[in-house]
Amino acid sequence: MIAKEGQANDSVEVVFQVRDLTKIYEMGEVEVHALRGANLELYSGELVVLLGPSGSGKSTLLNILGGLDTATSGYVSYRGKNLTKANEQELTEYRRFHVGFVFQFYNLIPSLTARENVAVVTEIASNPMVPEDALALVGLTDRLDHFPAQLSGGEQQRVAIARAISKNPEVLLCDEPTGALDSKTGIVVLEALERINRELGTATAIITHNADIAGMADRVVHLSNGRITEVKVNTVKKSPCELQW
Amino acid sequence: MKGQVFAITLVVISGVATFIMFISTVDSLSLTRDTFYREYRFADVFINLKRAPESLKDKLKDVPGVNQIETRVSAYVKLAISGFPEPVNAAIISIPDDGKPLLNRLYIRKGRLADPTKDNEVVINENFAQAHGFNPGDRFAVIINGKWKTLTITGIALSPEFVLLMKPEAMSPDFKRYGVLWMSRKALSKAYDMDGAFNNVVLTLYPDAKLSDVLAQLDTIVEQYGGFGAYARKDQISHRLLSGEFQQLQRSSEIFPTIFIFVAAFLLNVVMSRTINTQREQIAALKAFGYNNIDIGFHYAKLVVLIISAGLVGGIAAGIWFGKMLGGIYMEVYRFPFLIYTLHPKVIIAAVLISIASALVGTFHSLWRAAKQPPAEAMRPEPPAQYRVTLIEKTGIGRWLTQPSRIIARNIERKPIRTFLSIIGIAVACATMISSGFFKDSIAFMVNVQFVLSQKEDMTVAFAESTSRRAIYELKELPGVHHAETFRTVPAKLKFGHRSYKTRINGIEPDSRLHLLLDTNLQAISLPPSGIVLTDHLGKILGVKAGDMLTVEVLEGSKPIRQVPVVALVTLYLGVMGYMDLTALNRLMREGDAISGAYLVTDPMYSEKLYQSFIKMPRVSGTVLRRNEVRNFHDVQAKGMLFFTFIATLMACSIAFGVVYNSARIALSERSRELSSLRVLGYTRGEISYILLGELGLITLIAIPLGFFIGYWLCAYIAQALASDLFRVPLVIETKTYSLAAAVVLASALASGLIVRHKLDHLDLVEVLKTRE
Ligand SMILES: Nc1ncnc2c1ncn2[C@@H]1O[C@H](COP(=O)(O)OP(=O)(O)O)[C@@H](O)[C@H]1O
Ligand SMILES: [Mg+2]
Repeated sequence: MIAKEGQANDSVEVVFQVRDLTKIYEMGEVEVHALRGANLELYSGELVVLLGPSGSGKSTLLNILGGLDTATSGYVSYRGKNLTKANEQELTEYRRFHVGFVFQFYNLIPSLTARENVAVVTEIASNPMVPEDALALVGLTDRLDHFPAQLSGGEQQRVAIARAISKNPEVLLCDEPTGALDSKTGIVVLEALERINRELGTATAIITHNADIAGMADRVVHLSNGRITEVKVNTVKKSPCELQW
Repeated sequence: MKGQVFAITLVVISGVATFIMFISTVDSLSLTRDTFYREYRFADVFINLKRAPESLKDKLKDVPGVNQIETRVSAYVKLAISGFPEPVNAAIISIPDDGKPLLNRLYIRKGRLADPTKDNEVVINENFAQAHGFNPGDRFAVIINGKWKTLTITGIALSPEFVLLMKPEAMSPDFKRYGVLWMSRKALSKAYDMDGAFNNVVLTLYPDAKLSDVLAQLDTIVEQYGGFGAYARKDQISHRLLSGEFQQLQRSSEIFPTIFIFVAAFLLNVVMSRTINTQREQIAALKAFGYNNIDIGFHYAKLVVLIISAGLVGGIAAGIWFGKMLGGIYMEVYRFPFLIYTLHPKVIIAAVLISIASALVGTFHSLWRAAKQPPAEAMRPEPPAQYRVTLIEKTGIGRWLTQPSRIIARNIERKPIRTFLSIIGIAVACATMISSGFFKDSIAFMVNVQFVLSQKEDMTVAFAESTSRRAIYELKELPGVHHAETFRTVPAKLKFGHRSYKTRINGIEPDSRLHLLLDTNLQAISLPPSGIVLTDHLGKILGVKAGDMLTVEVLEGSKPIRQVPVVALVTLYLGVMGYMDLTALNRLMREGDAISGAYLVTDPMYSEKLYQSFIKMPRVSGTVLRRNEVRNFHDVQAKGMLFFTFIATLMACSIAFGVVYNSARIALSERSRELSSLRVLGYTRGEISYILLGELGLITLIAIPLGFFIGYWLCAYIAQALASDLFRVPLVIETKTYSLAAAVVLASALASGLIVRHKLDHLDLVEVLKTRE
């Protein structure tokens, strides 16, 4: 495991490398430039917050990193492997074994309990946790057999986090994980993410348009209008419970 | 919803098409028959007798109720046709010398009537002419009253008397070996020494005539002239068989469209409730704008009507097309001059009303819900679906289920009614398919029972008149005859209570090896030395059971009337007859040991020689080959059956496809979100297809055995509904039929599965992440 304080160190592994990434959505006659040549590195073990106004291209970038979408041009690699050249099948395999996702709307399977929602992933992963352990990590030991409809929003999001980390992924990609939650619940969720990053060393990228969250990151990447405008290293990392919004 | 509307349209088309097809065929054939009967003056009453002077005609005409009357000379002759060595028989009937017959008039298809001044001209019936390729001008030889005579065909005709032409003792029509010849009265009378006499009467009645009284009076009058009993149209063979066939069609027109209406209503129900659910908010908005419940209900009712109207139009068109096709098939066996195809407007109106009504009934529940929703409630999104751990999982199997399988189980259990109806729908498709295969199976079985297990003779030789038993020795001596058994056939009217049935009683040798009577388990039973054995269907017609006392009115000879106990009912799928021990029958007839013919086992090498001998033997009036009977039976059934199988397969496929495709589409729209989520988590296309198609597959697999079960009962119902005097349909369904039904259902399910799978492969993964459920 790589020491947290070594992000600037050359010995730190690069997880993602992004070069001149563009993404153009064609909407009939209109072209929407979601990404206009983004350049970025993500390192193992770090917690990065991607900050930017709505529509700045954060989700687009994250989806391409997660193998859910493909770029129009440019280059993305995951641990040296070129994701831009990967086919559908390779991307599926990549998501299956290497990436954990957390989304704004949880995307749980409504017909499965919390435990089973985690098992959905552990069943197909190569080196999974026991579902109960993953749920324990997010503090849901007493909600194992609840269906999503029986859980609060924060609890559902923690199930989603447990599901995302249960495969022991190398990276955890979170798109507005607190977007649908009030601040108190949001902090509980962020605490869970922070704890996982700290204890398991999973490289974590959190998207938000909420600048207050940036305080918990190792680095803060600012996006605006499809470009990365600024990358800031936090010298002092706040704990989520110190955050306020 | 486009695909679903298409699937529903398909089902509505099938339903409306079968409805229109059957009803219009029944109507057209009935109208054709009635028109033919009326315009060609089909008689109401028929009398056969030995010989009566022409002066008797006036006496018969004076019977109250009798309208028009015509006397005729008729005979049964043997023919020799060059290039066709087998025995051919024909009924020969006189036509008046002064021109056209008064009753049972002829429709001349080709040529002209026979010239009354010539004694060698005949008109022949169309089936027979076509079977041999005869045209006016062709000639053939015939033995008339023991003398060979060459006849020239002048015309080819159809008669209301022979719409279905069948040799009286045959099991199925044989147009090659049995025909009808019409010859001038003068020539025929001369040949049979019937100058100034007749042996056959046909007559019509006034509408207010009381049939039974007229028949009784006629019988009394013809008694001393060797009358064989006057009988009404309902006992006339062509008419009787035709009525049976119409009844079968009528039944079919009730069974099959009903199935469709049920399925279409169900599909509409599913689709409409789904549509209305997704449009909750629009409904609420409309209501907020001041639309009332009736407006809303009406809006959706219009949508329902719109969806099925395409099916109605297509169904009516297809129904007319199929109806004409089916009519054409019937016309090959049932000879009418032309088919008057009719489709009553009221049939179309009925089809439209039934479809719309059932569609609205099917969607009533959802329409009602849509209409009565208070706007505020409808504005809110639907509450999240409630899931539970399923019963199956609780049995302990749950531990072994993968999560995708668990998803399947829970989705199925969450909507039990819908799942159940889907299962029923697919099962019905499977059952429909079984019902079509069933016809083939039962006919094969029927033929086997009749011609393999029960009637083992190679040839049946009939004598012109009942003869002394000694005649058998003459037959036994012929080269190529291995074995011969005698039989005696007498026409009789069987009566029990107020029911009666005109048929024949067959007296067979008690230890017969060739003609076996079978019980319900198809075991040969020995013929009791006294009493009568009836085919089970005849028992049903008369309402008798073993032990009952039957009144037998013999219609020939001294015409004794006797009480005879019914000793048993036997299983026979063809014909409606009574059986007695030959000696017992002769005792009943008080005629000594007379016989009507013999069953023979022959050497095929000698067949042609034997035919020649029989043609030359004056005593022998006709010969029936079992081999031909089997083939004819198949031939007559084959075309109709092929058509029916085609229709049923079409129906089964459209139902199976409609139901499975609909379930698939609805499952897809309900689950695309979770399926996309699973794809995001790294599930492959195949793995998520398993969840959706696995559910459908499971439903299909449950539906198939249920379909077998429903199919069995449907066949049982059909068998019972379609029983006619010509044949009964035994309830026999082969494994092959079950397998084919399952295969067709699976293939339809697979086809709709593949269409949905194609959509699954193109799910937009990113889109689902942006929206709340
Ligand atoms: N599927 C799509 N089709 C068309 N335009 C899209 C699509 N997804 C995103 N966009 C556009 O791309 C831009 C960037 O979107 P997104 O990455 O979602 O922004 P963010 O997550 O920062 O709010 C926006 O202008 C958005 O409207
Ligand atoms: Mg976004």
